[in-house]
Amino acid sequence: MILEEKLRTVVEIKKGVHWVGAVDWHVRDFHGYSVNKGSTYNSYLVLDEKVTLFDAVKKPFKSDMLHNIYKVIEPSKIDYLVVNHVEPDHSGSIPEIIETTKPEKVFCSSRGKKALLDHYHREDWPYEVVESGQEIPIGKRTITFLETRMLHWPDSMFSYIKEESLLISSDAFGQHWATSERFNDQVDSSELMAHAVKYYANILLPYSGLVQKLVAEVKKMNIKIDMIAPDHGLIWRDNPLQIVEAYDKWSKQGCKRKALIIYDTMWHSTEMMAKAIADGLIESGISIKLMNLAVDHRSDVITEMIDSKAVILGSPTLNNGMLPRMADMLCYMKGLRPINKFGAAFGSYGWSGEAVKQIVKSLEDMKMKLFGAGINLQFVPNHEGLKKCVDLGREMGAAIKDAVPV
Amino acid sequence: MGKYVCQVCGYVYDPAAGDPDNGVNPGTTFADLPADWVCPVCGADKDSFSPE
Repeated sequence: MILEEKLRTVVEIKKGVHWVGAVDWHVRDFHGYSVNKGSTYNSYLVLDEKVTLFDAVKKPFKSDMLHNIYKVIEPSKIDYLVVNHVEPDHSGSIPEIIETTKPEKVFCSSRGKKALLDHYHREDWPYEVVESGQEIPIGKRTITFLETRMLHWPDSMFSYIKEESLLISSDAFGQHWATSERFNDQVDSSELMAHAVKYYANILLPYSGLVQKLVAEVKKMNIKIDMIAPDHGLIWRDNPLQIVEAYDKWSKQGCKRKALIIYDTMWHSTEMMAKAIADGLIESGISIKLMNLAVDHRSDVITEMIDSKAVILGSPTLNNGMLPRMADMLCYMKGLRPINKFGAAFGSYGWSGEAVKQIVKSLEDMKMKLFGAGINLQFVPNHEGLKKCVDLGREMGAAIKDAVPV
Repeated sequence: MGKYVCQVCGYVYDPAAGDPDNGVNPGTTFADLPADWVCPVCGADKDSFSPE
Protein backbone atom coordinates (compact mmCIF):
# COMPACT_ATOMS: atom_id res chain seq x y z
CA MET A 1 0.00 0.00 0.00
CA ILE A 2 2.89 2.33 0.73
CA LEU A 3 4.05 1.90 -2.83
CA GLU A 4 0.62 2.72 -4.21
CA GLU A 5 0.46 5.92 -2.19
CA LYS A 6 3.98 7.21 -2.44
CA LEU A 7 5.36 5.95 -5.69
CA ARG A 8 2.54 6.07 -8.12
CA THR A 9 4.72 5.64 -11.18
CA VAL A 10 5.47 2.08 -10.13
CA VAL A 11 2.30 0.03 -9.94
CA GLU A 12 2.01 -3.13 -7.92
CA ILE A 13 -0.13 -5.11 -10.36
CA LYS A 14 -0.42 -8.03 -7.95
CA LYS A 15 0.93 -8.41 -4.45
CA GLY A 16 4.69 -8.55 -4.94
CA VAL A 17 4.49 -8.07 -8.73
CA HIS A 18 5.44 -4.59 -9.95
CA TRP A 19 5.24 -2.84 -13.31
CA VAL A 20 8.66 -1.24 -13.77
CA GLY A 21 8.55 -0.37 -17.46
CA ALA A 22 8.66 2.92 -19.32
CA VAL A 23 6.16 5.14 -21.11
CA ASP A 24 7.20 6.48 -24.51
CA TRP A 25 4.89 9.45 -24.95
CA HIS A 26 6.46 10.72 -28.14
CA VAL A 27 7.14 7.78 -30.44
CA ARG A 28 5.02 8.19 -33.59
CA ASP A 29 6.63 5.84 -36.07
CA PHE A 30 7.20 2.22 -35.12
CA HIS A 31 9.12 0.78 -38.06
CA GLY A 32 6.46 2.08 -40.39
CA TYR A 33 3.43 1.53 -38.15
CA SER A 34 1.99 4.86 -37.07
CA VAL A 35 1.60 5.03 -33.30
CA ASN A 36 -0.27 8.27 -32.92
CA LYS A 37 -0.58 8.05 -29.16
CA GLY A 38 2.85 6.71 -28.27
CA SER A 39 3.51 3.41 -26.57
CA THR A 40 4.79 1.75 -23.43
CA TYR A 41 7.49 -0.87 -22.89
CA ASN A 42 6.27 -2.98 -20.02
CA SER A 43 8.55 -4.80 -17.68
CA TYR A 44 7.53 -6.73 -14.59
CA LEU A 45 9.43 -7.32 -11.37
CA VAL A 46 8.42 -10.21 -9.12
CA LEU A 47 9.65 -10.20 -5.53
CA ASP A 48 10.22 -13.74 -4.34
CA GLU A 49 13.13 -15.85 -3.06
CA LYS A 50 14.55 -15.42 -6.54
CA VAL A 51 13.77 -11.85 -7.52
CA THR A 52 12.76 -12.07 -11.17
CA LEU A 53 12.56 -9.41 -13.85
CA PHE A 54 10.45 -10.08 -16.95
CA ASP A 55 11.55 -8.28 -20.10
CA ALA A 56 13.15 -4.88 -20.42
CA VAL A 57 12.66 -1.65 -22.34
CA LYS A 58 13.97 0.16 -25.40
CA LYS A 59 17.54 1.38 -24.97
CA PRO A 60 16.84 5.13 -24.55
CA PHE A 61 14.51 4.29 -21.62
CA LYS A 62 16.99 2.24 -19.59
CA SER A 63 17.29 4.93 -16.94
CA ASP A 64 13.49 5.17 -16.55
CA MET A 65 13.39 1.45 -15.99
CA LEU A 66 16.30 1.33 -13.54
CA HIS A 67 14.77 4.25 -11.67
CA ASN A 68 11.50 2.33 -11.40
CA ILE A 69 13.31 -0.79 -10.19
CA TYR A 70 15.11 1.28 -7.53
CA LYS A 71 11.73 2.42 -6.19
CA VAL A 72 10.97 -1.24 -5.44
CA ILE A 73 14.30 -2.89 -4.73
CA GLU A 74 18.05 -2.47 -5.08
CA PRO A 75 18.63 -3.69 -8.70
CA SER A 76 21.57 -5.89 -7.68
CA LYS A 77 19.08 -8.03 -5.75
CA ILE A 78 17.57 -9.26 -9.02
CA ASP A 79 18.44 -12.94 -9.46
CA TYR A 80 16.69 -13.92 -12.66
CA LEU A 81 16.00 -12.14 -15.92
CA VAL A 82 13.38 -13.61 -18.25
CA VAL A 83 13.63 -12.57 -21.90
CA ASN A 84 10.33 -13.44 -23.56
CA HIS A 85 11.20 -11.58 -26.76
CA VAL A 86 14.47 -10.19 -28.11
CA GLU A 87 13.17 -7.37 -30.35
CA PRO A 88 15.13 -4.24 -29.34
CA ASP A 89 12.08 -2.41 -27.93
CA HIS A 90 12.18 -5.02 -25.16
CA SER A 91 15.84 -5.93 -25.10
CA GLY A 92 17.74 -2.76 -26.02
CA SER A 93 18.43 -1.99 -22.38
CA ILE A 94 19.39 -5.57 -21.46
CA PRO A 95 23.19 -5.02 -21.67
CA GLU A 96 22.93 -2.24 -19.06
CA ILE A 97 20.40 -4.17 -16.97
CA ILE A 98 22.66 -7.21 -16.89
CA GLU A 99 25.65 -5.00 -16.08
CA THR A 100 23.80 -3.42 -13.18
CA THR A 101 21.96 -6.42 -11.79
CA LYS A 102 24.41 -9.23 -12.58
CA PRO A 103 21.63 -11.85 -12.65
CA GLU A 104 22.37 -15.44 -11.80
CA LYS A 105 20.39 -16.66 -14.82
CA VAL A 106 18.91 -15.27 -18.03
CA PHE A 107 15.97 -17.39 -19.15
CA CYS A 108 15.07 -17.50 -22.82
CA SER A 109 13.95 -19.91 -25.54
CA SER A 110 16.55 -21.68 -27.70
CA ARG A 111 15.91 -19.18 -30.45
CA GLY A 112 15.92 -16.41 -27.87
CA LYS A 113 19.48 -17.31 -26.92
CA LYS A 114 20.51 -17.25 -30.55
CA ALA A 115 18.80 -13.89 -31.07
CA LEU A 116 20.43 -12.40 -27.95
CA LEU A 117 23.83 -13.55 -29.20
CA ASP A 118 23.12 -12.16 -32.66
CA HIS A 119 22.07 -8.81 -31.20
CA TYR A 120 24.51 -8.26 -28.33
CA HIS A 121 27.35 -10.69 -29.08
CA ARG A 122 27.85 -11.62 -25.43
CA GLU A 123 28.84 -15.26 -24.95
CA ASP A 124 29.45 -14.63 -21.25
CA TRP A 125 25.87 -13.95 -20.14
CA PRO A 126 24.36 -16.70 -17.95
CA TYR A 127 21.84 -18.04 -20.48
CA GLU A 128 19.43 -20.73 -19.37
CA VAL A 129 17.45 -22.11 -22.29
CA VAL A 130 13.90 -23.19 -21.44
CA GLU A 131 11.34 -25.18 -23.38
CA SER A 132 7.60 -25.06 -23.64
CA GLY A 133 5.98 -26.44 -20.51
CA GLN A 134 9.13 -26.17 -18.43
CA GLU A 135 8.62 -24.93 -14.87
CA ILE A 136 11.10 -22.89 -12.89
CA PRO A 137 10.40 -22.36 -9.17
CA ILE A 138 11.33 -18.93 -7.83
CA GLY A 139 10.17 -19.40 -4.23
CA LYS A 140 6.48 -19.18 -3.43
CA ARG A 141 5.83 -18.92 -7.13
CA THR A 142 6.60 -20.99 -10.23
CA ILE A 143 7.12 -19.74 -13.76
CA THR A 144 5.83 -21.91 -16.60
CA PHE A 145 7.14 -21.08 -20.06
CA LEU A 146 5.15 -21.44 -23.23
CA GLU A 147 6.99 -21.02 -26.51
CA THR A 148 5.01 -19.02 -29.05
CA ARG A 149 7.28 -19.28 -32.08
CA MET A 150 6.56 -16.71 -34.78
CA LEU A 151 4.15 -14.86 -32.51
CA HIS A 152 5.66 -12.81 -33.68
CA TRP A 153 9.39 -13.70 -33.81
CA PRO A 154 11.04 -17.13 -33.68
CA ASP A 155 12.19 -16.43 -30.10
CA SER A 156 8.82 -15.35 -28.66
CA MET A 157 7.46 -16.99 -25.54
CA PHE A 158 4.94 -16.41 -22.75
CA SER A 159 5.60 -16.72 -19.02
CA TYR A 160 2.79 -17.89 -16.78
CA ILE A 161 2.79 -17.66 -13.00
CA LYS A 162 0.16 -20.09 -11.78
CA GLU A 163 0.13 -18.91 -8.16
CA GLU A 164 -0.89 -15.47 -9.43
CA SER A 165 -3.00 -16.65 -12.38
CA LEU A 166 -0.88 -14.15 -14.29
CA LEU A 167 0.06 -14.51 -17.95
CA ILE A 168 2.96 -12.32 -19.09
CA SER A 169 2.27 -12.44 -22.79
CA SER A 170 5.14 -10.55 -24.44
CA ASP A 171 3.92 -8.70 -27.56
CA ALA A 172 0.70 -10.68 -27.90
CA PHE A 173 -2.41 -8.87 -26.61
CA GLY A 174 -0.51 -5.56 -26.51
CA GLN A 175 -1.40 -2.12 -27.80
CA HIS A 176 0.63 0.96 -28.67
CA TRP A 177 -0.90 3.55 -26.37
CA ALA A 178 1.00 5.75 -23.92
CA THR A 179 -1.05 6.27 -20.76
CA SER A 180 -0.46 7.00 -17.11
CA GLU A 181 -3.04 4.30 -16.34
CA ARG A 182 -1.85 0.69 -16.31
CA PHE A 183 -5.09 -1.33 -16.38
CA ASN A 184 -7.78 -1.82 -19.01
CA ASP A 185 -10.57 -0.87 -16.60
CA GLN A 186 -9.01 2.57 -16.10
CA VAL A 187 -9.30 3.66 -19.74
CA ASP A 188 -11.99 3.96 -22.39
CA SER A 189 -12.67 0.41 -23.55
CA SER A 190 -13.57 1.18 -27.15
CA GLU A 191 -10.40 3.21 -27.66
CA LEU A 192 -8.42 0.38 -26.06
CA MET A 193 -9.91 -2.16 -28.48
CA ALA A 194 -9.18 0.15 -31.41
CA HIS A 195 -5.49 0.20 -30.42
CA ALA A 196 -5.53 -3.58 -29.84
CA VAL A 197 -6.99 -4.37 -33.27
CA LYS A 198 -4.51 -2.01 -34.93
CA TYR A 199 -1.71 -3.89 -33.16
CA TYR A 200 -3.11 -7.24 -34.29
CA ALA A 201 -3.59 -6.11 -37.89
CA ASN A 202 -0.10 -4.64 -38.23
CA ILE A 203 1.95 -7.14 -36.22
CA LEU A 204 0.20 -10.48 -35.90
CA LEU A 205 -2.04 -10.79 -38.96
CA PRO A 206 0.43 -12.87 -41.03
CA TYR A 207 0.57 -15.42 -38.22
CA SER A 208 -3.19 -15.78 -37.80
CA GLY A 209 -3.02 -19.56 -38.34
CA LEU A 210 -0.61 -19.84 -35.42
CA VAL A 211 -2.83 -17.58 -33.29
CA GLN A 212 -5.69 -20.00 -33.91
CA LYS A 213 -3.55 -22.90 -32.71
CA LEU A 214 -2.34 -20.94 -29.69
CA VAL A 215 -5.84 -19.92 -28.62
CA ALA A 216 -6.94 -23.56 -28.91
CA GLU A 217 -3.88 -24.71 -26.94
CA VAL A 218 -4.44 -22.19 -24.15
CA LYS A 219 -8.09 -23.20 -23.89
CA LYS A 220 -7.10 -26.88 -23.75
CA MET A 221 -4.55 -26.24 -21.01
CA ASN A 222 -7.47 -25.00 -18.96
CA ILE A 223 -5.27 -22.68 -16.92
CA LYS A 224 -6.69 -20.00 -14.73
CA ILE A 225 -5.93 -16.55 -16.03
CA ASP A 226 -7.11 -13.54 -14.11
CA MET A 227 -4.63 -11.06 -15.53
CA ILE A 228 -2.85 -10.77 -18.87
CA ALA A 229 0.17 -8.50 -18.82
CA PRO A 230 1.51 -7.71 -22.31
CA ASP A 231 4.76 -5.90 -23.06
CA HIS A 232 3.00 -2.88 -24.62
CA GLY A 233 0.09 -0.82 -23.38
CA LEU A 234 -2.59 -1.63 -20.84
CA ILE A 235 -2.75 -4.71 -18.64
CA TRP A 236 -5.93 -6.78 -19.01
CA ARG A 237 -7.31 -7.01 -15.47
CA ASP A 238 -11.04 -6.66 -15.97
CA ASN A 239 -12.32 -9.65 -17.97
CA PRO A 240 -8.86 -10.49 -19.31
CA LEU A 241 -10.14 -13.25 -21.58
CA GLN A 242 -11.93 -10.67 -23.73
CA ILE A 243 -8.66 -10.03 -25.56
CA VAL A 244 -8.14 -13.78 -26.13
CA GLU A 245 -11.65 -13.97 -27.59
CA ALA A 246 -10.88 -10.94 -29.76
CA TYR A 247 -7.69 -12.61 -31.06
CA ASP A 248 -9.71 -15.72 -31.78
CA LYS A 249 -12.10 -13.61 -33.86
CA TRP A 250 -9.46 -11.52 -35.66
CA SER A 251 -7.31 -14.55 -36.48
CA LYS A 252 -10.23 -16.24 -38.21
CA GLN A 253 -10.19 -13.24 -40.57
CA GLY A 254 -13.94 -13.23 -40.82
CA CYS A 255 -15.31 -10.23 -42.67
CA LYS A 256 -18.23 -7.88 -42.57
CA ARG A 257 -20.24 -6.64 -45.52
CA LYS A 258 -17.59 -4.01 -45.91
CA ALA A 259 -15.35 -2.84 -48.74
CA LEU A 260 -12.23 -0.74 -48.63
CA ILE A 261 -11.43 1.55 -51.53
CA ILE A 262 -7.79 2.54 -51.35
CA TYR A 263 -6.42 5.04 -53.83
CA ASP A 264 -3.94 7.71 -54.67
CA THR A 265 -4.63 10.36 -57.25
CA MET A 266 -2.75 13.03 -59.23
CA TRP A 267 -5.46 15.30 -60.67
CA HIS A 268 -8.56 13.76 -59.05
CA SER A 269 -9.53 11.49 -61.96
CA THR A 270 -8.69 8.29 -60.06
CA GLU A 271 -10.49 9.83 -57.10
CA MET A 272 -13.63 10.32 -59.23
CA MET A 273 -13.46 6.64 -60.12
CA ALA A 274 -13.06 5.69 -56.45
CA LYS A 275 -16.20 7.61 -55.54
CA ALA A 276 -18.17 6.05 -58.40
CA ILE A 277 -17.18 2.54 -57.25
CA ALA A 278 -18.20 3.58 -53.74
CA ASP A 279 -21.61 4.65 -55.03
CA GLY A 280 -22.20 1.22 -56.56
CA LEU A 281 -21.26 -0.50 -53.33
CA ILE A 282 -23.28 1.77 -51.05
CA GLU A 283 -26.30 1.34 -53.31
CA SER A 284 -25.91 -2.42 -52.76
CA GLY A 285 -25.99 -1.97 -49.00
CA ILE A 286 -22.27 -2.41 -48.40
CA SER A 287 -20.43 -0.37 -45.79
CA ILE A 288 -17.40 1.27 -47.35
CA LYS A 289 -14.34 3.24 -46.35
CA LEU A 290 -12.60 5.46 -48.84
CA MET A 291 -8.91 5.75 -48.02
CA ASN A 292 -6.65 8.22 -49.76
CA LEU A 293 -3.01 7.26 -49.35
CA ALA A 294 -1.97 10.90 -49.39
CA VAL A 295 -3.61 11.28 -45.98
CA ASP A 296 -4.37 7.77 -44.66
CA HIS A 297 -1.40 5.92 -43.23
CA ARG A 298 -0.67 2.38 -44.43
CA SER A 299 -1.09 1.02 -40.91
CA ASP A 300 -4.56 2.57 -40.59
CA VAL A 301 -5.53 1.11 -43.97
CA ILE A 302 -4.48 -2.35 -42.78
CA THR A 303 -6.51 -1.92 -39.60
CA GLU A 304 -9.60 -1.17 -41.69
CA MET A 305 -8.80 -4.07 -44.01
CA ILE A 306 -8.99 -6.74 -41.34
CA ASP A 307 -12.81 -7.00 -41.40
CA SER A 308 -13.33 -5.89 -45.02
CA LYS A 309 -14.41 -8.51 -47.55
CA ALA A 310 -13.20 -6.48 -50.52
CA VAL A 311 -10.16 -4.32 -51.19
CA ILE A 312 -10.36 -2.19 -54.31
CA LEU A 313 -7.19 -0.31 -55.18
CA GLY A 314 -6.73 2.58 -57.55
CA SER A 315 -3.75 4.46 -58.89
CA PRO A 316 -3.08 6.62 -61.90
CA THR A 317 -0.05 5.83 -64.04
CA LEU A 318 3.05 7.92 -63.45
CA ASN A 319 6.18 7.30 -65.52
CA ASN A 320 4.89 3.89 -66.64
CA GLY A 321 4.12 2.67 -63.16
CA MET A 322 1.80 3.11 -60.20
CA LEU A 323 2.20 6.00 -57.78
CA PRO A 324 4.88 5.24 -55.16
CA ARG A 325 2.45 5.41 -52.25
CA MET A 326 0.40 2.62 -53.84
CA ALA A 327 3.54 0.51 -54.32
CA ASP A 328 4.29 1.06 -50.62
CA MET A 329 0.76 0.03 -49.67
CA LEU A 330 0.84 -3.14 -51.77
CA CYS A 331 4.27 -4.14 -50.46
CA TYR A 332 3.05 -3.74 -46.88
CA MET A 333 -0.27 -5.49 -47.51
CA LYS A 334 1.37 -8.48 -49.20
CA GLY A 335 3.69 -9.01 -46.24
CA LEU A 336 0.73 -9.13 -43.86
CA ARG A 337 -0.79 -11.99 -45.88
CA PRO A 338 -4.52 -11.21 -45.83
CA ILE A 339 -6.76 -14.13 -46.79
CA ASN A 340 -10.25 -14.58 -48.25
CA LYS A 341 -10.48 -11.14 -49.85
CA PHE A 342 -12.16 -9.96 -53.01
CA GLY A 343 -9.97 -7.61 -55.05
CA ALA A 344 -10.18 -5.19 -57.97
CA ALA A 345 -8.10 -2.39 -59.48
CA PHE A 346 -8.78 0.90 -61.22
CA GLY A 347 -7.01 4.03 -62.34
CA SER A 348 -6.78 6.92 -64.73
CA TYR A 349 -3.89 7.24 -67.16
CA GLY A 350 -2.54 9.65 -69.75
CA TRP A 351 -0.95 7.60 -72.52
CA SER A 352 0.41 4.24 -71.34
CA GLY A 353 -1.58 2.99 -68.33
CA GLU A 354 0.56 0.32 -66.64
CA ALA A 355 -0.56 1.01 -63.06
CA VAL A 356 -3.79 -0.99 -63.13
CA LYS A 357 -2.08 -4.07 -64.56
CA GLN A 358 0.60 -3.85 -61.89
CA ILE A 359 -1.99 -3.64 -59.12
CA VAL A 360 -3.90 -6.61 -60.57
CA LYS A 361 -0.65 -8.61 -60.55
CA SER A 362 -0.14 -7.81 -56.86
CA LEU A 363 -3.69 -8.84 -56.01
CA GLU A 364 -3.15 -12.12 -57.86
CA ASP A 365 0.02 -12.70 -55.85
CA MET A 366 -2.08 -12.23 -52.70
CA LYS A 367 -4.49 -14.88 -54.04
CA MET A 368 -7.46 -12.52 -53.96
CA LYS A 369 -10.58 -13.35 -55.92
CA LEU A 370 -10.39 -10.82 -58.73
CA PHE A 371 -13.28 -8.91 -60.23
CA GLY A 372 -12.40 -8.09 -63.83
CA ALA A 373 -9.05 -7.11 -65.28
CA GLY A 374 -9.20 -3.61 -63.80
CA ILE A 375 -10.77 -0.40 -65.05
CA ASN A 376 -8.31 1.81 -66.91
CA LEU A 377 -9.70 5.18 -68.06
CA GLN A 378 -7.83 7.78 -70.10
CA PHE A 379 -7.36 11.22 -68.54
CA VAL A 380 -10.61 12.58 -67.03
CA PRO A 381 -13.45 10.02 -66.78
CA ASN A 382 -16.64 10.72 -68.70
CA HIS A 383 -20.11 9.56 -67.75
CA GLU A 384 -19.68 6.24 -69.55
CA GLY A 385 -16.38 5.55 -67.78
CA LEU A 386 -17.84 6.35 -64.39
CA LYS A 387 -20.79 4.05 -65.15
CA LYS A 388 -18.27 1.18 -65.50
CA CYS A 389 -17.00 2.07 -62.02
CA VAL A 390 -20.51 2.16 -60.53
CA ASP A 391 -21.20 -1.21 -62.16
CA LEU A 392 -18.05 -2.69 -60.67
CA GLY A 393 -19.24 -1.48 -57.26
CA ARG A 394 -22.65 -3.07 -57.83
CA GLU A 395 -21.15 -6.36 -59.02
CA MET A 396 -18.82 -6.58 -56.05
CA GLY A 397 -21.58 -5.47 -53.70
CA ALA A 398 -23.77 -8.37 -54.83
CA ALA A 399 -20.87 -10.81 -54.47
CA ILE A 400 -20.09 -9.55 -50.95
CA LYS A 401 -23.72 -10.03 -49.93
CA ASP A 402 -23.63 -13.59 -51.28
CA ALA A 403 -20.40 -14.38 -49.47
CA VAL A 404 -21.00 -12.71 -46.10
CA PRO A 405 -24.04 -13.60 -44.02
CA VAL A 406 -25.83 -10.67 -42.37
CA MET B 1 10.91 -39.87 -46.89
CA GLY B 2 12.79 -37.59 -44.50
CA LYS B 3 11.40 -34.69 -42.55
CA TYR B 4 13.01 -31.26 -42.78
CA VAL B 5 13.11 -28.57 -40.11
CA CYS B 6 12.97 -24.83 -40.72
CA GLN B 7 16.03 -23.37 -39.00
CA VAL B 8 14.26 -20.03 -38.61
CA CYS B 9 11.09 -21.01 -36.81
CA GLY B 10 11.22 -24.74 -36.14
CA TYR B 11 8.38 -25.76 -38.49
CA VAL B 12 8.78 -29.39 -39.57
CA TYR B 13 8.02 -30.33 -43.18
CA ASP B 14 6.60 -33.85 -43.16
CA PRO B 15 6.44 -35.37 -46.67
CA ALA B 16 3.64 -37.65 -45.55
CA ALA B 17 1.47 -34.64 -44.78
CA GLY B 18 2.71 -32.30 -47.53
CA ASP B 19 1.52 -28.69 -47.38
CA PRO B 20 -1.98 -28.84 -48.85
CA ASP B 21 -2.76 -25.22 -47.92
CA ASN B 22 -0.10 -24.20 -50.41
CA GLY B 23 -0.82 -26.73 -53.10
CA VAL B 24 1.66 -29.43 -52.04
CA ASN B 25 0.14 -32.90 -52.03
CA PRO B 26 0.85 -35.45 -49.29
CA GLY B 27 3.67 -37.73 -50.38
CA THR B 28 5.82 -34.94 -51.86
CA THR B 29 9.46 -35.28 -50.81
CA PHE B 30 11.32 -32.20 -49.65
CA ALA B 31 13.51 -32.37 -52.77
CA ASP B 32 10.42 -32.34 -54.95
CA LEU B 33 8.98 -29.19 -53.40
CA PRO B 34 8.98 -26.33 -55.93
CA ALA B 35 12.02 -24.05 -55.73
CA ASP B 36 9.80 -21.11 -54.75
CA TRP B 37 8.07 -22.98 -51.92
CA VAL B 38 8.51 -21.20 -48.59
CA CYS B 39 7.99 -22.15 -44.96
CA PRO B 40 4.23 -21.86 -44.37
CA VAL B 41 4.88 -20.52 -40.85
CA CYS B 42 7.60 -17.89 -41.20
CA GLY B 43 8.10 -17.47 -44.94
CA ALA B 44 11.76 -18.62 -45.01
CA ASP B 45 12.92 -20.21 -48.29
CA LYS B 46 13.93 -23.84 -48.92
CA ASP B 47 17.59 -23.11 -48.18
CA SER B 48 16.63 -22.43 -44.57
CA PHE B 49 15.67 -26.07 -44.02
CA SER B 50 17.82 -28.91 -42.71
CA PRO B 51 17.12 -32.63 -42.40
CA GLU B 52 15.51 -33.47 -39.04
